Amino acid sequence: MKFNIVLALPEIFLTLMIVIMLLVDAFSCQHKKHLNTVLTFITLVGGFILQILVFRPGTSAFAFNQMFILDTLAEGSKLFIYLFSIVILMYVKQYINDKKVLKGEFYAIFLFAILGMQVMVSADNFLVLYVGLELLSLSLIGLVALNRDSTKATEAAMKYFILSALASGILLYGISFIYGATASLQLRDITLAIYSMNGENNTMLLFGLVFVIAGLVFKLGLVPFHMWVPDVYEGSSLATLTIIATIAKIAGIIFVIRILFTALILLNKEWVVMLQILAILSLFIGNIVAIAQTNIKRMLGYSAIAHMGFVTFGLMLVSQAGLSAVVFYMLVYVITSLAGFGVLLLLSKDGFECEKISDLSGLSKIHPVYAGIMLLVMFSLAGIPPLAGFYAKFVILQALVDSGYTTTAIYAVILSLIGAFYYLRVVKVMYFDEKDANLQVAQATLSTRTILFINGGLIILIGIAPKFLMLISSIFLLG
Amino acid sequence: MIVIQQYLILSAILFAISVMGIFLNRKNIIVILMSIELMLLAVNFNFITFSSFLHNLDGQIFVFFTLTVAAAEASIGLAILILLFRNLRSINVQDMDSLQG
Repeated sequence: MKFNIVLALPEIFLTLMIVIMLLVDAFSCQHKKHLNTVLTFITLVGGFILQILVFRPGTSAFAFNQMFILDTLAEGSKLFIYLFSIVILMYVKQYINDKKVLKGEFYAIFLFAILGMQVMVSADNFLVLYVGLELLSLSLIGLVALNRDSTKATEAAMKYFILSALASGILLYGISFIYGATASLQLRDITLAIYSMNGENNTMLLFGLVFVIAGLVFKLGLVPFHMWVPDVYEGSSLATLTIIATIAKIAGIIFVIRILFTALILLNKEWVVMLQILAILSLFIGNIVAIAQTNIKRMLGYSAIAHMGFVTFGLMLVSQAGLSAVVFYMLVYVITSLAGFGVLLLLSKDGFECEKISDLSGLSKIHPVYAGIMLLVMFSLAGIPPLAGFYAKFVILQALVDSGYTTTAIYAVILSLIGAFYYLRVVKVMYFDEKDANLQVAQATLSTRTILFINGGLIILIGIAPKFLMLISSIFLLG
Repeated sequence: MIVIQQYLILSAILFAISVMGIFLNRKNIIVILMSIELMLLAVNFNFITFSSFLHNLDGQIFVFFTLTVAAAEASIGLAILILLFRNLRSINVQDMDSLQG
């Protein structure tokens, strides 16, 4: 019986700051809304610093009767989520200021979503996992719906809501069967209970496993449960999309790692087969359908399905090498997409959303630097050496081949080659098409531009010297 | 004497009805919201059954949390429904077709 409340201090601080922000927002007058941006920044930096302070390296500490865990996996992903959130904040603040959306609410719900992610990644009990997951997905739904007057946005929010509620229902149904078979909700105790069952009489457990996998896959957006991804990507505003497509994905992957590798690791023979089929399908559908898209947000949605399929290949290896490849891939994917969304956000202004691929035509003549960053992003997502995306794909493929999945690795390479087509088309439109009259570059502050340049530079830097980030991603899995 | 299987079959039937309600429904979004509630209740039923048969309280605690989250979820769902009706002047599932490709 240990309460150990100190470990949850960053989350408590985050909650308090959200409450303060809501109050400030309610009482401040309309033109002083930049206060919210500053408060959000302070909250994120404060959370980051507190998160470093509460952690004792090399240990996994528990709080709230083992419901809450702080190990290197949780700590690492939390720090990265804070870091990426700060970058997102820098990118979206101009966009949010220009757009006629509710500014105070946007930041408050953004912080709620971050709180949900933080709870999710350090949960060691199905109850906490579920509460964190719901806090995250309900906040994201709220963010999508924040664009109130747009039919597309509300429709996307409704679809997202229905499908994510369905996914949580399926996940919960699975959890209830696992609870029935093992009499516990504690991830570690479930492993012990499965171990003591010795593989006998586990029909109920397998039944639960199938539902849990279906629920998880829904949240990750793998085929055949991917239908919400392109719709939500297209319908939500760029600011919301930046959150959904980057940090929410990290939290989702950590969530899957927690369930599969802590609670259900002894059933790996069963779930490896399921994950393999899902990954193969996702890679196929994601890459093929993306070719037909004209909307860049929708295209990135299909590309996200394909990338998640790639990550799932790493998960199904059930090895240390596979897992560190997954973490590396996720970090690279998020850094790369952040730069891409940063450029798109800077190109959008009030009344004009840069979302058609043709909107980017002739960008290289208007603003060569942004075009250059977008070029790096697209090449990196396509996996062209020597950029970061190439190494991310390379480590996963290497892990696949080392575990004897040579055919799968060849399949993945072929599908990635097909996928390169639609990324390169964006580059072609930017560099070789005539100038678009609508396209104007918004005035960005110096700090935002600096961060965007650093972000673009990182894509090259990680590609040339991947060792450092590789080291970080293997440290993730020590605890 | 009622055995555990009978409870599980009942909750499975409720769960199946709710999934059908979401996928086969071509008319009204409110019916989908009702199906979502039914689904969570089926899950709750499952948890309570296991909790009672295993003599373990965790399942019942979980039910409280599910109920709370379900209430929050319903409120968000209805809020989005109102927005959708304002923009679309309809709550027909088939009218939600502006996102395709």
